[in-house]
Amino acid sequence: MRSIGQERLTDRVGNTPLIGLERLPARMGTDPAVSILIKAEWFNPGGSVKDRAALRIIEDALADGRLRQGMTIMDATSGNTGIAYAMIGAARGFPVTLVLPGSCSEERKRILHAYGVNLILSDPYEGSDGAIILARQMAAEDPEKYFYADQYSSPSNLFAHYDGTGPEILAQTNGEITHFVACLGTSGTMMGTGRRLKEYNPAIQLVAVQPDDQFHGLEGLKHMDSSIVPAIYDPSLIDRFVEVQTEESYDMARRLAQEEGLFVGQSAGAAVLAAIRIGQELDSGVVVVLVPDGGDKYLSTALWRPDDQPEQ
Amino acid sequence: MAIKVLIPTPLRRFTNDQASAEVNASTVGEALAALDAQFPGIQARICEPDGRIRRFVNVFVNGSDVRSLGGANAEIKDGDEIGIIPAMAGGQ
Repeated sequence: MRSIGQERLTDRVGNTPLIGLERLPARMGTDPAVSILIKAEWFNPGGSVKDRAALRIIEDALADGRLRQGMTIMDATSGNTGIAYAMIGAARGFPVTLVLPGSCSEERKRILHAYGVNLILSDPYEGSDGAIILARQMAAEDPEKYFYADQYSSPSNLFAHYDGTGPEILAQTNGEITHFVACLGTSGTMMGTGRRLKEYNPAIQLVAVQPDDQFHGLEGLKHMDSSIVPAIYDPSLIDRFVEVQTEESYDMARRLAQEEGLFVGQSAGAAVLAAIRIGQELDSGVVVVLVPDGGDKYLSTALWRPDDQPEQ
Repeated sequence: MAIKVLIPTPLRRFTNDQASAEVNASTVGEALAALDAQFPGIQARICEPDGRIRRFVNVFVNGSDVRSLGGANAEIKDGDEIGIIPAMAGGQ
């Protein structure tokens, strides 16, 4: 026990709730003997699952000296990982520089500015891969200044989930989980959590969610066949891939807010849609679906824009 | 003179990796149809079957979102530049 006032912000990363869906699965025809449980990652202090990876990447780099006082934390990120670096960097006294595509929303830029981040905008037509390429160049040109966090290649990303998310889910389900459903972005969530779950019980099915097409609107997700493939990604671990369309994922995110009270992001819609589809095939089971973030960061995007209304 | 259309990376599989294309058209909808004539299949990625721009896609004319200009009916003229980007908070 620490004494009064000694708790740190980053102590609150992880140990997120596991919340059962109450109405949607039944309304969509799943058997009552199938539980669909939400690993509610928006309860992390930075608002997303990415707090876990960012914290572990920074702590591991501090421990082995790759990150030292006076250096700047730098990475390419289109969203939640950037917010996590920004929060943790500020909390631990490190400046943060982020490369993100110029197409990012004004509110996203303002959130990062609020934490004092130095933003570098990459060509919007080159997407997130363009941001990664620019970040690599900057890191190579000034290795003394920048700690290049490189979430796509860092084993720390995976270990955050191997040591955190995986054991938490096993404890919260008393080991009775039968399926784990998660979206693929860096793939760190699936690789780390999935490994831990398979070690506990190889019969646990790992289900990866992907966009149905390279051109999609599911922030944070990657269409692996057509992107720079993350170094930590090992597809042989995954039992099954489910593809979801952008619009149906948005519709599911809206239903989660309206029918379950869960105000979540578009990747949550994608993941839960896939989980319910898995659930529809089962007679019984415990399906855990990782929900990466809340809906508030997407208020200015198409996710929450009333349909067919001109944008003001 | 013609209309220049900027193609984002996830759609360049339709355009032989070309980052831009030129079309002749007087509305955004016509421009996307003309683009599809050059690169079959690309329009269905951008528009609904009824021609409306898909919810998650932002189309810009000279930097302005066409949702505020009449959507697919937005008028364009020679020399204009059309941009197509999947709409995301953090940027695709």
